This record gives sequence, C-alpha cells and structure tokens, in this order.
Amino acid sequence: MHEMSIALSIVEAVEERARQEGAGWISEVELLVGKLAGIEPESLQFCFSAAAAGTLAARARLAIEEPEGVGECGECGTTFPVNFYYAECPACRSLRVKILTGEEFLIQSMTIEEEEE
Amino acid sequence: MCDTCGCSTEGGAVLRKPGQSDYHLHVNEHEHAHGEHHSHEHGDHHHEGSGRKVLLEQDVLQKNNLLAERNRGYFEARGIFALNFLSSPGSGKTSLLEKIIPALKQRFPVAVIEGDQQTTNDADRIQALGVPVIQINTGSGCHLDALMVNRAMKELEMQDNSLLCIENVGNLVCPALFDLGEALKVVIISVTEGDDKPLKYPTIFHEADICILNKIDLLPYVEFDAAKCRENAMRVNHHLEWFELSAKTGEGLAAWQEWLEATMAQH
Ligand SMILES: Nc1nc2c(ncn2[C@@H]2O[C@H](COP(=O)(O)OP(=O)(O)O)[C@@H](O)[C@H]2O)c(=O)[nH]1
Ligand SMILES: [Mg+2]
Ligand SMILES: [Zn+2]
Ligand SMILES: [Zn+2]
Ligand SMILES: [Zn+2]
Ligand SMILES: [Zn+2]
Repeated sequence: MHEMSIALSIVEAVEERARQEGAGWISEVELLVGKLAGIEPESLQFCFSAAAAGTLAARARLAIEEPEGVGECGECGTTFPVNFYYAECPACRSLRVKILTGEEFLIQSMTIEEEEE
Repeated sequence: MCDTCGCSTEGGAVLRKPGQSDYHLHVNEHEHAHGEHHSHEHGDHHHEGSGRKVLLEQDVLQKNNLLAERNRGYFEARGIFALNFLSSPGSGKTSLLEKIIPALKQRFPVAVIEGDQQTTNDADRIQALGVPVIQINTGSGCHLDALMVNRAMKELEMQDNSLLCIENVGNLVCPALFDLGEALKVVIISVTEGDDKPLKYPTIFHEADICILNKIDLLPYVEFDAAKCRENAMRVNHHLEWFELSAKTGEGLAAWQEWLEATMAQH
C-alpha cells in the first residue's frame, strides 16, 4: 500500500518543525488516524521506522489514536456509529449518511527533546 | 522500502514522451536533505518526561493537498477541465480514452497524462489518436501524486479550455488519498470484477464523482449483477453519477459522452 510514501511525508513534516523548534531529537509523534481514513495503522508503524531512520525522528515512538466513525443521517438527523462508508441509518434505513468523524488523518503533536551530551 | 506494496523511498517517478526515446525527466519526490545532524547511536537512555510537546494539528497529506490546490488553480485559470481516471489494472481506462477521444477532440482540445509503473505503452496508444500525451512512470510507486502531475502538466502542450484526462496507476487503494488537482474523479470497474467491489474498496468509491461500469458486452458470459453493483456503489456514495458502457462495442458510450460534454460546457 501507500503507507511508505505517507510515512515519509510524516517524517518530513515533523523533522522540519523540530528544526524550527531547535530540537535535538523527537521522542514521540502523535497521529490521529480515523477508522475510515483508509490507512492501516500497523503498516504505517512498520513503514515509519524505516522512513525515520537517520532522521531526528529515528527514535520516535509513533502513537496512533484511531477515532471511531460517526455518521449523521441526511433524512432524519440521527447520529450513529459507522465502521464503513456504506452505512445505513438505523432509524430510517436511509443511505444518505454524512460522515461526521472517522476520516481524520492528522499529525496531532510531537514531543521534542533537547540535544543530549 | 515498504515490502507490502513496494512504494519506493528513492528513485521516484520519471516523465516520458512517446516516440521521443531521448526524453526523460525525473520527478524528485523528496528534495529535502537529511541535514547535518549527527545520528544518535547512543543507546536507549531516553530522558522520559524531559521533552516538550509541540502541537502540529497538521493534515498528513498537507503537502500533496497544497500542491494539488496549486494544480487546480492553474487548471481553472486556463479553463482546463481535469479528470482523474481510477481503476484496477485492466478495467479499461486506456480503452475508454481511445474510444472517446476521437469524438471529443472534435468539440474541444484534449490532452492526456498517462500513469503507469513501467512502459510507455498506454501513452503510445493515446499518441496514435493525435492528442498531446505524456507518460509518468512511477517505478515502484503505486499512485500518481500532485507533484508528478505538476511536473507533467508543465511538459505537456495544453491549450486553454481543454479536457485533460489523467489515467492513474491501476490500483484501487491509495490513488483515492492523493488529490491531483482534478475537477472530478472517475472510477471504472468492469463486469469481469466482482459486483461487490465498491464494498471492498469503499474509500475510492466514496471519493469518486463518477462511476463507469465497463465491458457490459461481456455481461451474458459472466456472473455479474449490474443492478447490485450499482446499489453497492450507491451505498458507499449516493452522489455518484453512474454509467454502464462497453469501450469495445461503444454501447452506452453516448450517454457518458453527452454528460461529459454538458459538464464541460457548464465548466
Ligand atoms: N470485452 C471488452 N474488453 C474490453 C473493454 N474495455 C477494455 N477491454 C479489454 O480489457 C483489457 C484492458 O484494457 P485497458 O484499457 O488496457 O485497461 P487499463 O489497464 O484500465 O488501462 C484490454 O485487453 C482491452 O481490450 C470492453 O468494453 N469490453
Ligand atoms: Mg491503461
Ligand atoms: Zn507502501
Ligand atoms: Zn435516518
Ligand atoms: Zn535519468
Ligand atoms: Zn500508492
């Protein structure tokens, strides 16, 4: 899948910001990857360590939070959990569902450390 | 190197032009150097808790999205209507372009960007139609991104107010995530695939604006329920424009062509 090119862009983004902040290295990166975002967290973890090698993020822990999908019915307004794009409103069976959350794909934050030694 | 799919960390995409074997241009994916910082090979003595938290709240695909918006601005300024064609390998993206371009180019200028991992075969097929075409070879990369399209469109002699068809790499997974700056995404599925494909790859059907069911000439020979496929696609995305056609026999092509011409006219 596409997780490698995505891991590279994450590393690039956090490294750039870490430099601006004058960081020695990055100890943690927090991501928000919604359940509907189309990203495999495990595969992303795997690619991240490869992508981060030799960068300020080489020793960073990747913490991934996975918000659940929530949909809102376009007919009756009911909100309900969705775990796939083909959700159906449990109240009125409508398929006109608007996704409220679950599509997030964000770099939330990172933790930076002073230069050691 | 990701061994799930083999997206490359180095190498990157190359632009080629049919009939010009000496032309090739590298698209540099990662221009950033890793700088002068020394590597930290000094063990695991993490200073837990001493770190400082920095909020980013930044879209992971921000860089691609920003560049895609620049492409979109360029297209809009020149009145270029860009379509991003997505499908599994072999669903008939190139065949559909071959079939429809001769008619369309009577109405407005047409240009094509072809994405494939290797070869200029598809670009050669389009070149034969007498429209400007450029090939992006992504190498081990499994999708086009906004940077590749940005470089390719600058190399392509596009006229104002033209239709730009971008044939993405045959893949139903990650091309959904990478905005190229197109006006619309067209997903193609053929009757030799499963009618549950929209449920198996919901992201791409959710992102698409148009869905084309191709190879309907083969319907008598395969077990494929077109109505069910459509229903599945609509469950994922009730805004989809739906067309059923055969790029081989031309059946159903007129409806899609009319829709396209009308949409171009409004654009
Ligand atoms: N029977 C039939 N075959 C088709 C049709 N459209 C494409 N094909 C065949 O499907 C194969 C793949 O087509 P191609 O356009 O290269 O697919 P792409 O990989 O999506 O660009 C070729 O052998 C085409 O001749 C169609 O409508 N009917
Ligand atoms: Mg093709
Ligand atoms: Zn990958
Ligand atoms: Zn409802
Ligand atoms: Zn070269
Ligand atoms: Zn990809």
